[in-house]
Amino acid sequence: MTSALIATGVGKRYRRLWALRDCNIDIPDGRVVALVGPNGAGKTTLLHLAAGLLSPTVGTMRVLGRTPGRDVGLLADIGFVAQDVPLYRSFSVGDMLEFGRRTNSRWDHDLASTRIERARIDLDQRVGSLSGGQRAQVGLTLALAKRPRLLLLDEPLASLDPLARREFLQSLMGEVAEGELTVVLSSHLITDLERVCDHLIVLSASRTQVAGDIDGLLASHRIVVGPRREGAEVRGVGSVVQESHTDRQSTLLVRTDGPILDPAWAEQEIGLEELVLAYLGHPDATALPQPKLATAEAEVSP
Amino acid sequence: MIEFRLSPRSGVATYLQLVHQVRHAVRLGILHPGDQLPTVKEVVGSLAINPNTVLKAYRELERDGLVEGRPGVGTFVRDSVHGPPPGNHAALRRSLERWLRNAFEAGLDAEDARALFETSLQNSREEGVA
Repeated sequence: MTSALIATGVGKRYRRLWALRDCNIDIPDGRVVALVGPNGAGKTTLLHLAAGLLSPTVGTMRVLGRTPGRDVGLLADIGFVAQDVPLYRSFSVGDMLEFGRRTNSRWDHDLASTRIERARIDLDQRVGSLSGGQRAQVGLTLALAKRPRLLLLDEPLASLDPLARREFLQSLMGEVAEGELTVVLSSHLITDLERVCDHLIVLSASRTQVAGDIDGLLASHRIVVGPRREGAEVRGVGSVVQESHTDRQSTLLVRTDGPILDPAWAEQEIGLEELVLAYLGHPDATALPQPKLATAEAEVSP
Repeated sequence: MIEFRLSPRSGVATYLQLVHQVRHAVRLGILHPGDQLPTVKEVVGSLAINPNTVLKAYRELERDGLVEGRPGVGTFVRDSVHGPPPGNHAALRRSLERWLRNAFEAGLDAEDARALFETSLQNSREEGVA
């Protein structure tokens, strides 16, 4: 399987402040990725690096096998919707589509008009008077009509009410079902994304904390409950992410590759939200794949 | 055609909920042999879930021999699939209702009855009866 995006030792520094560091991720083609983390964790920086709007201070980004920012042709393959969906307020929706048609070499006008029609948006309406949900649909339509191979959406759900969220995700998943599209959605809430995503990246305090396919992550984490553990190891457990104790009992969130071998411990499955919150609450714990060398020409990070 | 719905608090994985709903519909005779399941695009368009989740559910049903995928056409309930014979089904249901009436008369409430049923189901499975 090929990768849509590989970051190798990527870091971005603004003056003395690192917005993102030691970022190693590898997103396989065709995934829908949840990029999750608290505000200020580096999500927007990572998306801007992927789109080529920023260059890394150290490390290498490879997007669809090319280097963002350096390769102008790559822009046609990336759809990017920034936070708050910046659009020209005085344009009508129709003008916005026409603008898209003229500024993109590859533009699917049928797809754009069909999507706008299906979202029940009037082509004559001014962009400035759209509701948050309509604005998000127009932004998504402009990005999709480019027929991108990688779609980057920065906090697309943040300003939407529950109904608009649902409609947005329904139409986005419809496009993913159509064909070869990798999507990265950032959010500070995992609950919004749990059902639509199959790959997870958790950023915390400028670092990647968790990265991998969601099925695999859920399968390799367990809650185990047993007699109070006096510092002894539980057989079968790889590492302990989180632990809490009463005078009799210990509850551990563990990462493991196989079954828990100790019969005194009862196992429970874990939900995605619980997993993410546990890691965010314990910034030292990580669940990351081995760093992968992007290319032979990769710059060595210090 | 059936329509899927997801229960947000069930704790059951999304793909398994889809699998259970198809099995249930076949068992109750809502889906007949030859019926088509909703396409992946239809399911994701209504439930807002990842297309791979639907594919995973349909693959599992295919492995079970309950449905078959016809490339480029869709996924269909297989001809060889049969629900329980209807006569037998109705008789079993009547005897279960009789049992429930007895249970309620004996002072059990719905939760007690369910717990008793679950325990008996578990026991007979372990004994290899079911």
